[in-house]
Amino acid sequence: MAPLQLVADAAENLYPARMQMALSLGWHIIFSCFGIAFPLLTVFAEWRGHKRGNPALTELARTWAKAMGVLFAAGAVSGTLLSFEMGILWPGLMDRFGGIYGFPFVLEGYAFFIEAIFVGIYLFGWNRMSPRAHMLSALPMIISGAAGAFFVVAANAWMNNPTGFRLDADGNVVDARPWAAMFGPSTWPQVVHMLLGAYMVTGFVIASVYAVGMLRGRRDHHHRFGLLIPLTLAAIATPVQIGVGDWIANTVAENQPVKLAAMEGLYKTDTRVPLSLGGLYYDDQLHYAIEIPFGLSLLIHHDINGQVTGLEAVPADERPPVNVVHLAYNVMVGIGSALLLLAFLFGWTWWRRRRLPRTPWFLRAVAVSGVGAALALECGWVTTEVGRQPWIVYGILRTTDAVSPAPGLFLGFYAVVAIYLALTALTVLVLRRLARGHDTPAPQEVDAAPPDEHTEELAVR
Amino acid sequence: MTLAELVLGIMFVGLIAYGLFGGADFGAGIWDLLAGGTRRGARQRELIEHSIGPVWEANHVWLIFVLVVLWTAFSGAFAAVVTTLYIPLTLAAFGMIARGAAFAFRKSITTLGMRRFLGAGFALSSLVTPYFLGAVVGGVASGRVPPGIARGNVITSWINPTSALGGVMAVLVCAYLAAVFLCGDARREGAEDLADEFRVRALGTAGVTGVAGLAGLFILRGDAPLLWEGLTGRAVSVVGLSVVAGVVAVVCLVLKRYVPARLASSLAVTTILLGWAVAQYPYILVPDLTIDDAAAGHATLQAMLVALVVGALVLVPALVYLYVLFQRSPPEPAGGPTAPAQPSAAGTT
Ligand code: HDD
Ligand code: HEM
Ligand code: HEM
Repeated sequence: MAPLQLVADAAENLYPARMQMALSLGWHIIFSCFGIAFPLLTVFAEWRGHKRGNPALTELARTWAKAMGVLFAAGAVSGTLLSFEMGILWPGLMDRFGGIYGFPFVLEGYAFFIEAIFVGIYLFGWNRMSPRAHMLSALPMIISGAAGAFFVVAANAWMNNPTGFRLDADGNVVDARPWAAMFGPSTWPQVVHMLLGAYMVTGFVIASVYAVGMLRGRRDHHHRFGLLIPLTLAAIATPVQIGVGDWIANTVAENQPVKLAAMEGLYKTDTRVPLSLGGLYYDDQLHYAIEIPFGLSLLIHHDINGQVTGLEAVPADERPPVNVVHLAYNVMVGIGSALLLLAFLFGWTWWRRRRLPRTPWFLRAVAVSGVGAALALECGWVTTEVGRQPWIVYGILRTTDAVSPAPGLFLGFYAVVAIYLALTALTVLVLRRLARGHDTPAPQEVDAAPPDEHTEELAVR
Repeated sequence: MTLAELVLGIMFVGLIAYGLFGGADFGAGIWDLLAGGTRRGARQRELIEHSIGPVWEANHVWLIFVLVVLWTAFSGAFAAVVTTLYIPLTLAAFGMIARGAAFAFRKSITTLGMRRFLGAGFALSSLVTPYFLGAVVGGVASGRVPPGIARGNVITSWINPTSALGGVMAVLVCAYLAAVFLCGDARREGAEDLADEFRVRALGTAGVTGVAGLAGLFILRGDAPLLWEGLTGRAVSVVGLSVVAGVVAVVCLVLKRYVPARLASSLAVTTILLGWAVAQYPYILVPDLTIDDAAAGHATLQAMLVALVVGALVLVPALVYLYVLFQRSPPEPAGGPTAPAQPSAAGTT
């Protein structure tokens, strides 16, 4: 094929490839959150139910275990697609940096292998193993879920702050040190932030399901525990998450000043910089924003005279799309603050009165908190990923140079959209059935109920 | 043996495991497709579902394992393969999604129409996915993937005689393995009549696979001369072993000795894959790129080796535990899944 045509194809591929990657990851991430946090909640409910001899709790644990199985299956298949896409869409990244960047994925492979095995054991072993052995079998799931998230996010942190290698004069990687590369400056803040995010998303989403039930008048033990357990977990994680958010923002300011400038819509490098909320960025300036005087200087340097780098520091073709990054960042922080209020209200009332707040607005707020937490998580990733543009490996490799030039690649994007629409519809359908009838089996269980007798008669006739 | 070859060898062990476990898994889906109408096929489908329920996810992580080892240790070759062969790979990935989702969800659905739809999705994707994977192997083995990003032809690299052979063989091998495995599973569940049905299928597919394999050698002679040379030269003893193992498996099946039949057919399939590897050695991309030239730096390979060995120490016992638990366990005690609050779990305290 003529080289000229290849180049044309690469340019044509960039946009759909990005969208395909973003869609697949944005979908996968929600399910992986449940893979990280759901085992903990489930085994906690099982343990309490066992200890107190409370059938409501045991039944809750059983329902959760099944929901976990469904969500895990959805996460596993979407993750499989991702492993293909990594190479199919971004061969320029894998080709040149696979020896460093790929390594955490090898470890991740093991972590998810262990998780998949123990999800199978946990669901299959229900009532087949002693309660103690059964609860112990959840432990590897909890650990490997978190470990898997560590490795993947460490890979992402490396894209943000590439370390652990040298480039020779031709730009080839020499001296790759894959272990060191996993522990760059962004790794720990990003990993901790992600894990807490996963606990928040899982906690708030499950709590919101039961809040909806309670709003419809179902106030039995099942719903009470179903709300309390996950909400407690989420309420503990939320304040910590805000603190970690400050840590991660400081890391970004230090290592990726241009990303921070885009997050804040800041053009001029300056001291005494205000914190800007909302607004629209054009003509090298942020318009209509609400400004908190000295806010940004204070947050980054804890000093109003602290200097903050603006977008002007780099040429225009090295700046990310500011509006997307700024908006996504503000939405994440805004939702985070709102969730903090909710967590505080819940914690305070529980501490003082040992009950839930009585106002129906509390349940309404919990009912939407799940969607909010998930949205915050997505916005956080958009901030990270779009804020890194135009680089795929910050400061070293441009996304344009990493994308595959294969002809026809963009068609994959449409197919992925269709597939994820169908998959989402199915997952929702199945989870709704699980919510209604507790006897619906999970994919890893072996005993499936026969189809409805009634419908079968109809169909056979 | 160089470090690079060692790492690739470990990857190949993963590939064989995928061929056996993932293959049987796909094959079970193929038999699901061929099990007949809703009523008639119900018992077979139930057996299939019992056999793969708890293990199907774990079975497929082997493929992830193969991918990540390749992209880390042999980045360049990996990039070349996935960009040139991106169409069958994408289709295979879609097949895996459709298959996983349909299998996972159909159990939780009780309306017949939806169940049929999902069941068909599961079965059909079980058929096409191994075909595409086999076609990818055919493209690589016949030297249609040159080094470099997207340098090969994105169409003819997987629509060609060797790829067609690879695809058909993959499907046949999956079906054969599954039939053999299901014989044993049926006996364990006390369904000797089902075991007989699958025994007939195993023998049938064994015959077809053997004939296709022999005919395939002649396709290779014309279409992939280097592979043909390797298979009839250096790898001839491996190919021979495969034939012997296949014959032993057939004898065991005829004698209804299902455990040895499993072992022998696993060996037959392992040696087919091994034959390909030996025939292609020392190239990772025939005829231009050797394993050592394609390998990552020393530090990366070393780190990989440590990770692979330590990881295996954790993984293998867990995997063995899963299969043992699953193969030995009696069905769930009375009440089953329809009575969630079990006395054994809730009433002991
Ligand atoms: C429930 C989810 C959630 C909530 C409530 C917050 N975040 Fe967040 N944030 C994430 C979920 C998240 C995330 C999706 O997990 C990200 C994407 C990448 C990462 O490591 O974490 C993220 C990224 C991210 C980044 C970019 C990191 C980078 O590019 O390397 C910053 C600066 C913050 N967050 C800061 C905050 C602050 C100051 C918050 C205070 C309210 C906050 N986040 C709440
Ligand atoms: C899970 C949540 C994530 C979401 C929602 C997300 C979202 C996005 C988005 C929106 C883009 C396109 C950026 C642009 O072109 O403007 C992108 C690109 C990309 N992301 Fe992510 N991302 C996530 C996590 C990750 C992780 C964990 C990795 C790798 C370890 C990763 C690797 C990539 C790569 C390789 C690209 C393509 C190159 C690029 O555009 O920089 N992403 N992602
Ligand atoms: C921030 C981003 C990510 C997080 C936190 C994450 C987390 C997880 C978790 C916890 C699981 C376990 C299964 C489940 O819960 O459904 C999982 C599955 C998986 N993930 Fe991700 N993941 C991320 C991104 C990625 C990326 C970028 C890839 C590939 C390049 C990937 C590949 C996979 C694969 C292959 C599986 C399936 C493994 C299995 O079958 O068990 N993930 N992910």
